[in-house]
Amino acid sequence: MSSRERILGRVRRALADVPAAERQDDTPYKQAVPRDYVRVHGDRSVAETVDLLAENLADYRAIVHRCTAGDLSVTIAGMLAARGAKTVLVPPGLDAKWLSAAEAERVPDLAGSTPDELDRVDSVVTACAVAVAETGTIVLDGSPDQGRRRITLVPDHHICVVRVPEQVVSSVPQALERLDPARPLTWISGPSATSDIELDRVEGVHGPRTLEVVLVDGQESADVSS
Amino acid sequence: MSGTFVGMPAFPKAAHEAVHDQTLRGNLRHATHTIRAKRANAVAEVSDWAELREAGKQIKDHTLRHLDRYLVQLEESVTAAGGTVHWAADADEANRIVADLVKATGESEVVKVKSMATQEIGLNEALEAEGIRAYETDLAELIVQLGKDRPSHILVPAIHRNRGEIRDIFRKEMSEWGRPAPEGLTDTPAELAEAARLHLREKFLRAKVGVSGANFMIAETGTLVVVESEGNGRMCLTLPETLISVVGIEKILPTWQDLEVFLQTLPRSSTAERMNPYTSTWTGTTDEDGPQNFHLVLLDNGRTDTLADEVGRQALRCIRCSACLNVCPVYERAGGHAYGSVYPGPIGAILSPQLRGTQSEIDASLPYASSLCGACYEVCPVAIDIPEVLVHLRERVVEGGEVTREGNKVVLKPAKGHAAERAAMRAARWAFSRPGALRTGQRLASRTRRFHPRSLPGPGKAWSGTRDLPAVPSEPFRDWWQRTNGGKDGGAK
Repeated sequence: MSSRERILGRVRRALADVPAAERQDDTPYKQAVPRDYVRVHGDRSVAETVDLLAENLADYRAIVHRCTAGDLSVTIAGMLAARGAKTVLVPPGLDAKWLSAAEAERVPDLAGSTPDELDRVDSVVTACAVAVAETGTIVLDGSPDQGRRRITLVPDHHICVVRVPEQVVSSVPQALERLDPARPLTWISGPSATSDIELDRVEGVHGPRTLEVVLVDGQESADVSS
Repeated sequence: MSGTFVGMPAFPKAAHEAVHDQTLRGNLRHATHTIRAKRANAVAEVSDWAELREAGKQIKDHTLRHLDRYLVQLEESVTAAGGTVHWAADADEANRIVADLVKATGESEVVKVKSMATQEIGLNEALEAEGIRAYETDLAELIVQLGKDRPSHILVPAIHRNRGEIRDIFRKEMSEWGRPAPEGLTDTPAELAEAARLHLREKFLRAKVGVSGANFMIAETGTLVVVESEGNGRMCLTLPETLISVVGIEKILPTWQDLEVFLQTLPRSSTAERMNPYTSTWTGTTDEDGPQNFHLVLLDNGRTDTLADEVGRQALRCIRCSACLNVCPVYERAGGHAYGSVYPGPIGAILSPQLRGTQSEIDASLPYASSLCGACYEVCPVAIDIPEVLVHLRERVVEGGEVTREGNKVVLKPAKGHAAERAAMRAARWAFSRPGALRTGQRLASRTRRFHPRSLPGPGKAWSGTRDLPAVPSEPFRDWWQRTNGGKDGGAK
């Protein structure tokens, strides 16, 4: 007997006390479990939701910038210059205009790049899939404007652009609805941190130690890099 | 479970030694009190905590009661997404599968994400025996590994170490494993975290094989989820060419939507955060992004035996948040090592004796490692009634009875150490069913009260060693009731 059959057999014998009617019940799963929790905590306007996102991002030590679509390239260029970044990783589908004012050398996100090569790049700029206001979370789904998972991991400085308000949801349930589980997802809430020393939070371990989030307002760039 | 802690003394002896360690008690008190208040705040932020907790409980119970169906569905989804599924009935089989998979890659080292399942099966030791070195990359696991120590907490395995001890371990041991600690390393947490970053960087960048567990597996989509803080998880999940995940069969959730409950309750319960810094989800393999070979090892190792116990199976709802450890007065004083298992604290006291059976001295003593105060149940995000299971397991230890071990029903004999307790209970049963004898006995006890010893002799000595014997009243209650007409004629004699 294979271990698969052995384990499944053990499970079935272990559940001998569960009534057959329950085991064979075809009630759709959605109705089988009560979900009395709320979809959203609190009642907020769109602007208030964006404000809450900014507040919660900052609470977990992300650096938050807000600008209009017209100012985005200058804002990003300023952030890279302030950091002293000489090189910047660029996902293939990133709107070229976003980096039009930046002086840092562009490094494309390639399948063939080695981890060591990525480790030598100063910064990375990406878009995101969705942002969650209640938890201060940005989610990346590997779309062309976000690139492979590793490019937002190895460099020490990540700039993430969130288009507000259309990419912002209030809650975790709303975020999951928008996301495709078939894509590899990375949920990011602040820079990397640890609670492993005396159960107290310290920022800055293996992931980017500096996370800057740009909340960009306006429709100018909404039609690109979907 | 594996023999990682073989030879552990029973809980009372181990705890007795631990409570005399002033440093340990100070470290634990500081850490658990820090997190307790924070957790309470994080939970108070969400108005529907009770409803989330109830939904989490129901989702897990439903899944467990249809576990065979969801396991088969998960296997299909993972396979369809490009992964390979393996089944391991016990620790040895899981270790062999992982070792063979690593050998097939031609590599002799792996980087590991913190995982309770791989600790439970003793994977690192098993790989070492096969000539494969496993590097722990979680900061606390690194501290434990470098210090040749044992984990003492589910979330923070090095919770028993303070910053000064961590600095000393880093200074002394890092050079043995790779990049030495920086010159002049101090004990500030930020510097210690930086030292770990530098030490592990080279290992991440050259790793070809990653080993992980998972917090959740979604049957519907074949998605695995790892919740973490440091980014070491992301490193291990995305940089290697091959990823091997060892996951207990109880970690399944039916649907993607179910994550909306647990991604709200887990971070707030474990690190007291609205959301942990990083959560990774992956479904099989993705072309040109992350590992191109993905293996999922589904682990039983006592879980189906636990499932067979109608009262005890609720322990399988556990999502390993460790909130119950942080509030437990016994854990706070005894520390994690006294529990003799990778699962310490209240949840360990009900999980270890079920996964491993109650035959060993340590496992038979674990259901007693509690004052039954119930704080663990209060904070549990999936409402595991830990006191209920503790009492149930105590009964099993004392009375024996039918249990399931490795899929087979066996009848346990009553434990030897509880003969006096059983004799006392038998005597009580006899007396309470004979009113005349009870009355005579009570009167005799009242009249001889001046001669009663303050502690019990013989087998009762241990019991009265930590308790005062209750004082016997001068007149039995039933005599008083009759004499005073139920208290109406004045109470004093």
